[in-house]
Amino acid sequence: MLELKGIYKAFNPGTVNEKVALNEVSLKLNEGDFVTIIGGNGAGKSTMLNAIAGAWKVDFGSIIIDGVDVTKMPEHKRAKYLGRVFQDPMMGTAPEMEIQENMALAIRRGKPRGLGWGITKKEKEFFKKELTKLDLGLESRMTSKVGLLSGGQRQALTLLMASMQKPKVLLLDEHTAALDPKTAAKVLELSDQIISENNLTAMMVTHNMNDAIKHGNRLIMMHEGKIIFDVSGEEKKNLTIDELLQKFTQSSGEEFANDRALLASR
Amino acid sequence: MDLITSILNSLPGAVAQGLIWGIMAIGLYITFKILNVSDLTVDGSLCTGGAVCVVMLTSGYGMVESLICSVLAGMLCGLATGIFHTVMGIPAILAGILTQLALYSVNLKILGKANQAINASKYDLLVTIRNVKNVPLFENSILISAIAVLLIVVLLYWFFGTSLGCSLRATGSNLNMSRAQGINTKITTVLGLMVSNGLVALSGAFLAQFNGYADVSMGRGAIVTGLAAIIIGGAVFGKISSNFGFRLITAALGGVIYWIVYQVIICIGLDADLLKLLSALVVAVFLAVPYLKSEYFSKSKVRKAGAHNA
Repeated sequence: MLELKGIYKAFNPGTVNEKVALNEVSLKLNEGDFVTIIGGNGAGKSTMLNAIAGAWKVDFGSIIIDGVDVTKMPEHKRAKYLGRVFQDPMMGTAPEMEIQENMALAIRRGKPRGLGWGITKKEKEFFKKELTKLDLGLESRMTSKVGLLSGGQRQALTLLMASMQKPKVLLLDEHTAALDPKTAAKVLELSDQIISENNLTAMMVTHNMNDAIKHGNRLIMMHEGKIIFDVSGEEKKNLTIDELLQKFTQSSGEEFANDRALLASR
Repeated sequence: MDLITSILNSLPGAVAQGLIWGIMAIGLYITFKILNVSDLTVDGSLCTGGAVCVVMLTSGYGMVESLICSVLAGMLCGLATGIFHTVMGIPAILAGILTQLALYSVNLKILGKANQAINASKYDLLVTIRNVKNVPLFENSILISAIAVLLIVVLLYWFFGTSLGCSLRATGSNLNMSRAQGINTKITTVLGLMVSNGLVALSGAFLAQFNGYADVSMGRGAIVTGLAAIIIGGAVFGKISSNFGFRLITAALGGVIYWIVYQVIICIGLDADLLKLLSALVVAVFLAVPYLKSEYFSKSKVRKAGAHNA
């Protein structure tokens, strides 16, 4: 479904600030894979997701989504294959537009946008049904501006928008990190539900080792722009945090230095 | 008594003038409020519209052709700014300033001289300062301008309800989200600039006819007048409804209020030369209000989003 072939990206090349963010990363996801991605700060987790989404072009290597080479495709064209939820709840929705208008924008992802109505009656009914599934009471506020919603509500809406038009790959970039624990758990549960119901292929970056172990069928650990640990199936299910930390020290030769990941896990 | 009579006498002219500037304010609304871009092209494209219209009318073309060509010329101005901004990566404000400067030369070339008059008794003009009172209703410039404003509002209301229009609004509201939803934000930005400047040029075409001449400096400070209209309209009528079509109408009504105040000030005998200074100050104060409010008059706010910085 998704294949990364030796993708490499350096920021500020040729300067003292040069930073190799992705160092020839290769990865292959099968259809229905739900991968969680962990690693210290600056390990390249979000960079990898941004490379897939096309926020900028990789220096070399190639990215193939469902058999299509998208390496040189601009961000807005790749969007038809991807659903994205960002860390910042403000980033995934248009605050000045209504809830239903935001959803209408999402359902037109990858389709031509012409002079037909921006939202139809049939769509409104469909959106209402979808919103009801979220169980946040948003179905009665469809004409409210999204800017009035809380961070958690916006993130849930973004998740719905990302998955409504079934994407080839769903990219979740620490999408619960900016939420309070209770809301984060709710949004995470929702993510699980949406991914399994639609049998989506998904990648989730997280700082929380518990979440990384608990969710998905595969786990990747990154360090200094490389994948240093890749585990799936039974082996992944039986992982513990201590084993993960040990793995990290083994593979990288360093202690896992990320207070937030450690604190959140204990 | 004299003062009130002179104010009342100048009122119809001010209303017509205000409605015509209202068309300009509606155009500006598209870039300023919807696209979230400050587009300074308008200072040039207003004159371009007036110049094209006057030159075509005096060369014997019909009213419809002249107006259409004015709009197209304005859209070209927007296209230039759009290309500077999206293809060449120049910041929007600077891109607008560049186009505006270039247009000064272009407008001079279109007009052939700095000021080109058009005589209302020789040509059958759509609007003119002569036709604001004591004329049959359907020749009244106020009514014609008001109908033009309404037609434009209806057209824009439809356009911004289409898929394309929605993607334009999304671009102004959240660039990141728009790209993630597959919107080519470069194209929507250019399109917005084109529609906006097309309307501004149409306003220029009306204005030139109304005043009886096109002048190369007629657009100077137009952006401030337009912003003033948007701000005044929003401040006076904004609370009534947040409906998009109504918002556009308030921008036009803001233009009317602006010109009525202008006339009153002139009738009182204030130096008209000071008016641009006054408009700039009024706009500056209104633009500053939201910032000053949040900076000095808000209750202490807890920063929520910053707490979880990675």
